[in-house]
Amino acid sequence: MANPLMVIENLHKKFDKMEVLKGVDLTINTSDVVSIIGSSGSGKTTLLRCVNLLEEFHEGRILIDGEEIGYTKKNDKRHRLSSSILAQHRALTGMVFQTFNLFPHLTALKNVTLGLRKVKRMKKEEAIETARHWLNRVGLLNWQDHHPGQLSGGQQQRVAIARAIAMNPKLMLFDEVTSALDPELVNEVLSVIKDLADDGMTMLLVTHEMHFAYDVSTTVIFMNEGKIGEQGPPSELFQNPKSQRLAEFIKNSTF
Amino acid sequence: MDYRLNFDAVWRDFDLLLSGLGLGLSLAVVSIFIGSFIGLLAAFAMISKNNLWRRIAVFYVTAIRNTPILVLIFFTFFALPQLGLRLGKIESFVFTLTIYSGAYLTEVFRGGLVALPVGLREAGLAIGLTEWGTKIWVIIPVMIRSVLPALSNNFISLFKDTSLAAAIAVPELTFYARQINVNTFRVIESWAVASLMYVSACYLIAAGLRLLERKLAIP
Ligand SMILES: Nc1ncnc2c1ncn2[C@@H]1O[C@H](COP(=O)(O)OP(=O)(O)O)[C@@H](O)[C@H]1O
Ligand SMILES: [Mg+2]
Repeated sequence: MANPLMVIENLHKKFDKMEVLKGVDLTINTSDVVSIIGSSGSGKTTLLRCVNLLEEFHEGRILIDGEEIGYTKKNDKRHRLSSSILAQHRALTGMVFQTFNLFPHLTALKNVTLGLRKVKRMKKEEAIETARHWLNRVGLLNWQDHHPGQLSGGQQQRVAIARAIAMNPKLMLFDEVTSALDPELVNEVLSVIKDLADDGMTMLLVTHEMHFAYDVSTTVIFMNEGKIGEQGPPSELFQNPKSQRLAEFIKNSTF
Repeated sequence: MDYRLNFDAVWRDFDLLLSGLGLGLSLAVVSIFIGSFIGLLAAFAMISKNNLWRRIAVFYVTAIRNTPILVLIFFTFFALPQLGLRLGKIESFVFTLTIYSGAYLTEVFRGGLVALPVGLREAGLAIGLTEWGTKIWVIIPVMIRSVLPALSNNFISLFKDTSLAAAIAVPELTFYARQINVNTFRVIESWAVASLMYVSACYLIAAGLRLLERKLAIP
């Protein structure tokens, strides 16, 4: 068995005194598609943001390809790494946000090339070629010169996916990427994600689209009050929930 | 009233007035340019989590904004030499206007920064940019566009403040207008022409900045 792509060990996260993640352990292998479900406030977003190092965490480790990210130990004391190393570690994962967060002053193409140019230091032509490849993959090549304000929510979210994946991350993180969209725009985004999953992209995604989670995931995780409540293949989790909490959650969800 | 308008004396020295206007514009451009960098840094300091930086920035902005600019000009020109820092009058005025514009621009930039959605910074970080990279490529370009109208007003107001340089005999437009007034007694003519020149310059600056605004507008 190959080494896992990402290992989360005993992750604890507090906001002030409120503990939001209470010891999360999770292993993700290459090409896994792991969906996180769970009720609002259970810590799903926070978990993803810790992996992308947008949040600090107080205890535990996250390793990608065996290397710890975000923190280092010096004389037995835990230190957050410097901004430039955090940036390098952050580039190992690609994050897609619920609210798209495209760069409003840049065209779709430049939204994608910015990171390629300034982080990956690609030559202009190469960056444009790479960006056009990914915009094509998400079906937006014809929209490359439009600004975010000129695109629909679904199109913006697809640009955001292209922007993240063009950086060639080892792991893609999706945080409820369709929940800010009008219902008729949800499918165009989900099918892009499905397409990437079929291609072997490793993903950790938070979703309320149960049907989608069932379809696309290799593993489903049920987050409950800051911990992983249950974990397993989708068929097992959805058809034979072990806990009362998960059974109720599934009953109250729409498929 | 038997004052008869006669602009001959003013036209004779019109090249002086023009050179004064040119100097005033240059003083404003240099001061605003450097002041913008100070303003940007101070604005980031103001919203930073670091207490020390925030206090320094707040002190700077509060102190400068609550001192009349003429006092600042005199302070730099007359008091600093006593403390061992001797500057020529032009350098002295540029120094003052730079510090002064920096404080006002800090407020403009700070307002723009706090109005940005938090997601913007996080999106920059998420693609692997550093904190500074995010500021330079994402935060500042978006923020500047949103504050351009306020910036234009400040630029114009700072340009008009160059007239106060006459108080320490910097040969800009107001200085020459007064010189012509004193030498020729063409009181109305000299000040009318000077006023018109200020109005025209401000009008052109405003028009130019509006053009820039339109060019940079986010579709
Ligand atoms: N920046 C923050 N400051 C304080 N509390 C927060 C912050 N972000 C999230 N929380 C709290 O942490 C808990 C988990 O939030 P979140 O991870 O967003 O849950 P989920 O994504 O599962 O809905 C919630 O109780 C939320 O109120
Ligand atoms: Mg959430």
